[in-house]
Amino acid sequence: MIRVQAEDFDIAKEIAKLTDGRTDIGALVTFTGLVREFATKRGQTPFNKISSDTKINTMTLEHYPGMTEKALTNIEEEANKRWPLDASLIVHRYGELAPGDQIVLVITASAHRQAAFEAAEFLVDWLKTKAPFWKLEAGEKGAEWVEARVDDDQAAQRWEKT
Amino acid sequence: MKILYFAWIRQRIGKSSDDLALPEDVKNVQHLIDHLKGLSAGYAAAFQDLDAIKVAVNQEQVGFETPITAAQEIAFFPPVTGG
Repeated sequence: MIRVQAEDFDIAKEIAKLTDGRTDIGALVTFTGLVREFATKRGQTPFNKISSDTKINTMTLEHYPGMTEKALTNIEEEANKRWPLDASLIVHRYGELAPGDQIVLVITASAHRQAAFEAAEFLVDWLKTKAPFWKLEAGEKGAEWVEARVDDDQAAQRWEKT
Repeated sequence: MKILYFAWIRQRIGKSSDDLALPEDVKNVQHLIDHLKGLSAGYAAAFQDLDAIKVAVNQEQVGFETPITAAQEIAFFPPVTGG
């Protein structure tokens, strides 16, 4: 299941919904992404107003309604092809968030832990590089778009089939 | 043709979408970019660095050589940074 929403989510409630009436699940992994107080590291270009030691006040997530849902659904389907999952959930927020706020939730459930751990990591790695979201960080020196990170691309590539 | 812009591409162009009648010789994404760059300084600035631009045709990410003659919706955006 996937959801794209402005509202916050309650991890305990999401787990309860996902596992309601199920007795076949032996392992459940959750990942939560939070807004960090310090700005994302950027390349050293003269245009960058925000450095990684800059405190941010807000992070605004823009997305592409329609394509976002399709992309997240595709990623979840791919995880289900690769691992024997009993249940999974991706919730991604958009709009203006503050440091400490929850951004993204990934839950995977399987009979055994290895599939749940691996699938959760896969889902996060792929949604970071394939789902159409963009982060705008704003601090005292102004607002700036977060740049895509090479190590995120490398993390996602680990899962590409050769 | 419905064209969408996101993040700093949207900001440089100054709007989030266009509905354009395209000349017949605009047959793929690269042709469309060349056409858009000629519209104004804002478009030219938005499409200055093509390495920093991704494109989706009908909500699927594709390459610049992709034909667009049968496309419903084209979107330009920077590399994604969600999660």
